[in-house]
Amino acid sequence: MHPTEPRLQLLHITKRYPSVVANDDVSLSVMPGEIHAILGENGAGKSTLMKIIYGAVKADAGEMLWNGQQVAIANPAQARKLGIGMVFQHFSLFETLTVVENIALVLDEPFDLAALALRVKEVSERYGLPLDPHRLVHSLSVGERQRVEIVRCLLQDPKLLILDEPTSVLTPQAVQKLFETLRRLAAEGVAILYISHKLHEIQSLCDSATIMRGGKVTGEAIPREETPATLARLMIGRELPVCEAPPYHGLVRPVLQVERLSLTSDDPFGTELKEVSLTVNAGEIVGIAGISGNGQAELLAALSGEATVDRETIWLDGEAVGHLDAGRRRDRGLVFVPEERLGRGAVPALSLARNALLTGHRQGMKHWGLVAFDKAQAFAEQCIARFDVRCGGPGAAARSLSGGNLQKFIVGREIMLAPKLMIVAQPTWGVDVGAAAFLRQTLLDLSRSGVAILVISEELEELFEISDRIAVLAAGRLSATQPRAQADAESVGLQMSGLFNEAETSNAPA
Amino acid sequence: MLDYLPLILAGTLAAATPLIFAGLGELVAERSGVINLGVEGMMLIGAIAGFAAAAETGHGAAIGLPAGALAGAAAAAVFGFFALSLAANQAACGLALTIFGIGLSAFIGQHYVSYSLPGLQPVVVPLLSDIPLLGPVLFKQDWVVYLSLAAFALVAWTLAKTRLGLLLKAVGEAPEAAHAIGYPVIAIRYGAVVFGGAMAGIAGAYLSTVYTPLWVQNMSAGRGWIAVALVVFATWKPTRLLLGAYLFGFVTILQFHAQGLGLQVPVQLLAALPYLATIVVLVLISRDRKLLQLNLPASLGKPFLP
Repeated sequence: MHPTEPRLQLLHITKRYPSVVANDDVSLSVMPGEIHAILGENGAGKSTLMKIIYGAVKADAGEMLWNGQQVAIANPAQARKLGIGMVFQHFSLFETLTVVENIALVLDEPFDLAALALRVKEVSERYGLPLDPHRLVHSLSVGERQRVEIVRCLLQDPKLLILDEPTSVLTPQAVQKLFETLRRLAAEGVAILYISHKLHEIQSLCDSATIMRGGKVTGEAIPREETPATLARLMIGRELPVCEAPPYHGLVRPVLQVERLSLTSDDPFGTELKEVSLTVNAGEIVGIAGISGNGQAELLAALSGEATVDRETIWLDGEAVGHLDAGRRRDRGLVFVPEERLGRGAVPALSLARNALLTGHRQGMKHWGLVAFDKAQAFAEQCIARFDVRCGGPGAAARSLSGGNLQKFIVGREIMLAPKLMIVAQPTWGVDVGAAAFLRQTLLDLSRSGVAILVISEELEELFEISDRIAVLAAGRLSATQPRAQADAESVGLQMSGLFNEAETSNAPA
Repeated sequence: MLDYLPLILAGTLAAATPLIFAGLGELVAERSGVINLGVEGMMLIGAIAGFAAAAETGHGAAIGLPAGALAGAAAAAVFGFFALSLAANQAACGLALTIFGIGLSAFIGQHYVSYSLPGLQPVVVPLLSDIPLLGPVLFKQDWVVYLSLAAFALVAWTLAKTRLGLLLKAVGEAPEAAHAIGYPVIAIRYGAVVFGGAMAGIAGAYLSTVYTPLWVQNMSAGRGWIAVALVVFATWKPTRLLLGAYLFGFVTILQFHAQGLGLQVPVQLLAALPYLATIVVLVLISRDRKLLQLNLPASLGKPFLP
């Protein structure tokens, strides 16, 4: 079969929002059986473009051709009818429904759960995506949830499959399985649009690529014929920045010690922590890998003091602090950068200066017991200058900043408190490449000044870049840490799926 | 006492009927993610609309119930306009609706203060009604009681077995996800809220045209609030709601008989008993926080803007 007509062709698509042009004259085409990458940073306009194709957002200008015919897609239901399937980055699943119920909701056919369950089983096995149709979605791992989304698309017999950052939450092994499935679908004639910012994935999977930056197409390429450097230049306009990790020459002493920490969760969808033990020394970064939902939220709550535990399970610089709340632990030199920047790390509607007060008030921002706003203002100004925060000044509302700049401000604010221990969750989530590199280097520099840093992240590459030692949190249990030089992505990935022996867990006798 | 039992149980079913209607309606609305605190107001609007229609036409409950349903649905649609279309705070809109309903029903009711209606004769099921104890309890009731059981069965079946039920649950849990896969979240929530209003209206009309067929100002007497509480404590499950409603009905009738026996207890305390007993028992049943969280429609009370 030699298809001559593109399955999908976009011509001069433009979409403007009040403050930004999300897509500016974007054109691309995908052939049947082709795996086509859309490569670009956060904010490059990839997701908007995909939503336009899927009918969830309407373009201001431009044309769309489907198998050569001009179409206007008004809503997702119509897109599905044409044969367009979409696997969302933030899953569109319902946690308290079962797998088969979730799938039934998008199928346009008589409601028969029993018959559908059989088909789900059959299709999932045919494509190597095993699923139990009757499990509740909240009990599934992230990889399994993604399978539900893919199987849901496959049952609609798609002609075009769109995947939005599908690997951001998968273990390396799960990524390989996903790629096998996608290659199989392409061989059957399905056109695939694969959105990502991960260069090596695109090089190993995709036949062709459209690269976007700032809403515009900056290039088209055959990924296998390019190098990561040339792709990066198209994507961010320059070389990929690299972090440097100089050796630490100061005194090595334990700053954070966690001893057999167990914690049950109040949340019915939460995870129980089981005897987690861990040490972080001054001058090093310890990374905890793992997929969210494996106890990350519980561990962070216990370490930051949002949840208090037994006194002697957590030690901060030689003092038992398990029973102390977050404020008392901060008094003793702990700082915490949570995953949610807006709402937990910063108050969205407040200015940066007032956000500086939230944790910075310990730096003497008071005068006769009243808030000294001039000091908060000066603190925020200093933070903005020192950490290269691009914003409208200390008076700018936190929510007006981009993710990267707000994260720089929050991390900077905490660093200026001269901590002994810093705990950071997902430091570069949703942050552009330039700001991510800056943040990573900032953390490295801070650790080499003698601060102990604990980083919890889903991004394996990031942890391998900055951590001195790496451990894995899976199903509420923490593996033993291993020096970065001895760890490899393969074995860490296996541990992320919960495959580590009892002997390797953190509480085993050394 | 045993002689009283059939009488008490039969009265229980009738006393629980308005709570079943109003509670089922609110349950459906809350499953879709909308908390409507205007149940008490919608019941009163339904009560006066039903009473007025029945009094003016002379057809009793047969015309009063549909009229109450329409009036309740219209009141709910107004609530929906503010809470759904304009995404205003649901709690505030609901409270406003209740206050409005109390006032409006009292205003219209001025004309009907001295009226009374004939009420309804029980529908006696032949043979079955002769069964000792159960017969008079289950098979000698007015037709609205049977209707409430049919409504219960219909709602329970729809929620558990149909695509519509699944969709309601999906919209209540994750409206963004439902929107992303192409469902009209606002329209579905309108449907649920208007259904809830119609059911509250029927509940009110039952009170004014059948249960005590005369107009008394503020005659729902807090039953709308009990219905809202029942839904939460029943963890959004129809069967538990039904049991809660019968518990309330049972204690209501029991305390009437206690009053009749002339116990040395203040009447006000006895009258408060059904409310107290229902709340206490349901709090005990639903003290399992995990159960509550698992069944709680996650988006309950949060406005959705597509």
